[in-house]
Amino acid sequence: MNFNFGNSNLDFVKHRKKFFLFSSLLVIIGAILLSTIGLNLGIDFESGTKIELLSSETLTTDRVNEEFASIGLTPDSVLLAGDRSEMAYASFIGVLSQEDIIAVQRHFHASFGAEPNISTVTPTVGRELARNAFYSVIFASIGIVIYVTIRFELLYGVAAIVALLHDAFFILTVFSITQMEVNLPFIAAVLTIVGYSINDTIVTFDRIRENMSYEKKIRGFEDLARVVNKSLVQTLARSINTVLTVVFAAAALLLFGGEAIRTFAFALLVGLVAGTYSSLFIAAQLWLVWKSKSLEKNRFKTAENEA
Amino acid sequence: MVKKGRIAAFFLIVALLAGLVATTVMDVAKEIKLGLDLQGGFEVLYEVHPAHEGDVIDDEVLKSTVTALNQRINVIGVSEPNVAIEGENRIRVQLAGIEDQQAARELLSTEAQLSFRDVNDNLMLDGADLKQGGANVTFSETNQPWVAVTLNSASQFADVTRQVLGSQLVIWMDYEEGDSFMEEVLKPESERKFISAPSVDEVLNTTNVVIRGTFTLEEAQFLADVLNAGSLPVKLEEMYSNSVGAALGEKAMEMTIYAGFIGVALIFLYMLIYYRFMGIIAVITLSFYIYLVLVIFNWMNAVLTLPGIAALILGVGMAVDANIITYERIKDELRTGKTTMSAFKAGSRRSLSTILDANITTILAASVLFYFGTMAVQGFAVMLIVSILTSFLTAVYGSRLLLGLWVNSRALNKKPRLFGVKESEISEL
Repeated sequence: MNFNFGNSNLDFVKHRKKFFLFSSLLVIIGAILLSTIGLNLGIDFESGTKIELLSSETLTTDRVNEEFASIGLTPDSVLLAGDRSEMAYASFIGVLSQEDIIAVQRHFHASFGAEPNISTVTPTVGRELARNAFYSVIFASIGIVIYVTIRFELLYGVAAIVALLHDAFFILTVFSITQMEVNLPFIAAVLTIVGYSINDTIVTFDRIRENMSYEKKIRGFEDLARVVNKSLVQTLARSINTVLTVVFAAAALLLFGGEAIRTFAFALLVGLVAGTYSSLFIAAQLWLVWKSKSLEKNRFKTAENEA
Repeated sequence: MVKKGRIAAFFLIVALLAGLVATTVMDVAKEIKLGLDLQGGFEVLYEVHPAHEGDVIDDEVLKSTVTALNQRINVIGVSEPNVAIEGENRIRVQLAGIEDQQAARELLSTEAQLSFRDVNDNLMLDGADLKQGGANVTFSETNQPWVAVTLNSASQFADVTRQVLGSQLVIWMDYEEGDSFMEEVLKPESERKFISAPSVDEVLNTTNVVIRGTFTLEEAQFLADVLNAGSLPVKLEEMYSNSVGAALGEKAMEMTIYAGFIGVALIFLYMLIYYRFMGIIAVITLSFYIYLVLVIFNWMNAVLTLPGIAALILGVGMAVDANIITYERIKDELRTGKTTMSAFKAGSRRSLSTILDANITTILAASVLFYFGTMAVQGFAVMLIVSILTSFLTAVYGSRLLLGLWVNSRALNKKPRLFGVKESEISEL
């Protein structure tokens, strides 16, 4: 097995308009979906109570509802899980009282033999979590732009952030389509992807910068395009290998890791694919377009000054 | 001329590392503290409200509330509870691995505001007049359990009993504004909100008071415990709670660790197939990396949670990336026709700044996560930062050291296939 793209004629730059169009379409679709269907917010974000039950026998929705009815509660939804449906998730809109929670713990401990997991959240806490996550992404972006501007130049930083927001938005879109529950681990996954996306983009940019330093004179778009394409081809094997290995880990978590981190693993998987795509097709290409414009502007200015 | 000494040094180092890991890994694994999502337990986030109108919630009040909560947890006997102030008016309590979650929950949030009032609900004495630690269970002649409490001042109690002489002194637990003795006394005894209402026939100049009620032994013991633990100076409102049954926690842990093993095994396999000899080095350094992260985690006294395990596994991905960047560079250099030794040198040098930039930006993102995140996200962020720093040490310097020994031994000279480079790909210089 060997990826060697060194002598191949792959031309990423030629198709850049298609990539931009594709991503723009995705963003528009995502915006429409998010404003209409929206996200399936878990109780981490909306006031509510989630109860996770484990039984030694196979469960049915009716059985779970009956058990709750016997202590005077009616769940708003019941979901079965596990290989033999031995687990169940019951959720309630609104926070159960402490007496109810204790009743649930006593009841299911007695009838199923295992303590249930119970989590409750009030709306304030949920809203704060979402707000904090939003701030996290914004502040991380600002920090990264500053770092990249110092180490590279401003245009690299801005292009990297566009790619990063693209990836985060892509995960949101997929979660809107699949209507999978958005919970606290989901936020962790989005933030991880922010880290991964930036990591991936920086590696590519690093190579572009290095190749730029070998060039004697960059005259215009054509020269820049050649450098960008060369850099993408050179880092391609690394990009594929890295994303593959992390995908192995994320996929293993998704398939074997159990309910608790399923959302996390799925969001991660989606984000990894988006992150690699955006590093190759969006970030570097955006930089190319912007850089060539600023080159032209400079040349125009120099010409004016000389005149 | 192959320098066998270098190769011997390589095997010596690997043997030493393997020995270290093999002899201590079990202890390290055992010492790791598991979060409550992995061993069961529960967590509550309280918002602190003033107990009396006009009270101010400041640092001082929050600290004394934490002290009171800790005392209560001592009553239940939980090892290593975690009670922390969060923000300006929040307190988070985490109790991992406790047997009786219900009892703990009741004990924690019971405000335990004992008050003595007259029949018109006027406050005569409250929890602050009780002597700390002075409550215990006593028994009546008929073996009915009662609770004996000690007051701070005998003369104060004399004053109070003088005022209510000929009437009743009502003993309330958690009296709330609007509660009325006159209403409660009409209800059947089991539904009354006050504990007892003894008649006062004489002025009592004593510090010893017995609360007579129809308690079961357990109720009496609970009341005495709560009183001894000290009354909370504030009201606590539950904002968020999460309780995990022990069996479910254990199941989640088993599944995640199993998934982790599969993920890591796949990564190892891929590295071996793709990078051949360098893959072996990667597997050695990655294994040591996982061990080292766990050791550092123990040093930090950190608690391993589900997201933590996920971050650890992802950290493997990050460490792999550092290896991949370096190895790809070395392959690039080999393809240009450089000798193994100079390809190794140039590849290592050139990959360093890339890895550095990529890791620093990720650490930046993780730091922001830590700053804004709640506890679970913070645990994840810490794990991510530790992972990145450790991966930097093992994947960059560990790899370089081990691979360097082989390269410098010259045993690998003119064997590009061992690095995954075909002879046909090498361009003539």
